[in-house]
Amino acid sequence: MALSDYCLLERLKTSQTNCGDPQHIFMPPFPQATPFISRRTSRFGPPNHVLTVQRPFPLSHGTTTLGFIFQGGVIAAADTRASAGGLVACPAVHKITPIHSHLVVTSSGSGADCMLWERILIREIRLYELRHKRRLSIRASAKLLSCMLHPFKGTDVCVALTLGPRVIYVCSDGARLQGDIISVGSGSPYAYGVLDGGLSWSLSKEEAISLAREAVFRATHRDAYSGNNVDLFHIDAQVQQVKQCKYVRSQRLRD
Amino acid sequence: MEYLIGIQGPDYVLVAADNVAASSIIQMKHDYDKMFKLSEKILLLCVGEAGDTVQFAEYIQKNVQLYKMRNGYELSPSAAANFTRKNLADYLRSRTPYHVNLLLAGHDESDGPGLFYMDYMASLAKAPFAAHGYGAFLTLSILDRYYRPDLSRVEAVELLRKCVEELNKRFILNLPSFSVRLIDKDGIHDMEKITLTAK
Repeated sequence: MALSDYCLLERLKTSQTNCGDPQHIFMPPFPQATPFISRRTSRFGPPNHVLTVQRPFPLSHGTTTLGFIFQGGVIAAADTRASAGGLVACPAVHKITPIHSHLVVTSSGSGADCMLWERILIREIRLYELRHKRRLSIRASAKLLSCMLHPFKGTDVCVALTLGPRVIYVCSDGARLQGDIISVGSGSPYAYGVLDGGLSWSLSKEEAISLAREAVFRATHRDAYSGNNVDLFHIDAQVQQVKQCKYVRSQRLRD
Repeated sequence: MEYLIGIQGPDYVLVAADNVAASSIIQMKHDYDKMFKLSEKILLLCVGEAGDTVQFAEYIQKNVQLYKMRNGYELSPSAAANFTRKNLADYLRSRTPYHVNLLLAGHDESDGPGLFYMDYMASLAKAPFAAHGYGAFLTLSILDRYYRPDLSRVEAVELLRKCVEELNKRFILNLPSFSVRLIDKDGIHDMEKITLTAK
């Protein structure tokens, strides 16, 4: 993808606004896409069932992802369920993707869009490093992603969380916030409840991992759109995948 | 949900903004700064739709700095306010309007202090005091009642504190802390944050 763009092998049609842009970013020819059909409706259920559950507030993105900072680095955690309306489309999805040696992205929202934007971000960060012979800082990567997403505002593309030694929340509606604890998705209020009570700076690595796992587990327990396993990443100087907890529910029942 | 307030005195402007960055019902940050420094003596306070605020405010900020680099002198607060309003108006009838509400506060050597109120419809008004947000409904009457053009700095901070206490008492949302800054002929001064405990 990056190589063919860079070698100008196949020029995809671009809109006028990014002509001459050396960092070629493909944009759709229409300026503002209509919003996607609400993911809550399912077209496969029987017609006499109530398919849509109206939420009192617009918290969509059926997932629970979280990230927080402590003295030993940064922990990222996410559930592994991909839901499509009322259907569990896939019980083992990787929502946390390492995109560089020091950067990890958790994603929520439309799965396909998140994968696309992760790949685009990986490409842009790598191109910057090759062109300028130095690594792009974390805040600059988040700003790059935020600016790339800005033309797609209003299309509910995806909500992503970039991590390094910082936690930055980047949203497709343009928001970009750096914080100490961030949680995104429909299960995030439940995760915040557990995290806010138990988090302190001086946690050890094992305590932080178990706190993150507990927070995601509680969210999967209460939220219908989050579930299955818990993916955990710990970032120190380099990205290390800590472990993947399997079958969180049955493990809990055994306690 | 968000709250901005500005009070102009005889030789200063006092501005304050809440520190909450929220996403639907969750407070994502408790210490978010909504003020953007356009130049040594001009502050832009910006609230509104999530991404629009930062994008628009940074665009204005960079353009004001570019003007200084190109021409060697800074834009006056009135010129900066009119430039901001022109940009808002240009984008208003485009496909990507910016939904932001702004307060621009600055001090000019010749004109003195100035507080400019702008909203997302690209209206502009120079006012002695102004507020944005739902909290404005509760506090504008307090400002009407107690404002005088010759308020001292201490009295202005007291008036600000009165407004914030009223918000704490009657506003349905919890806005625990407010950043406060004062602009005078010597530049922008950070003042002590106003933090209120729940009653």
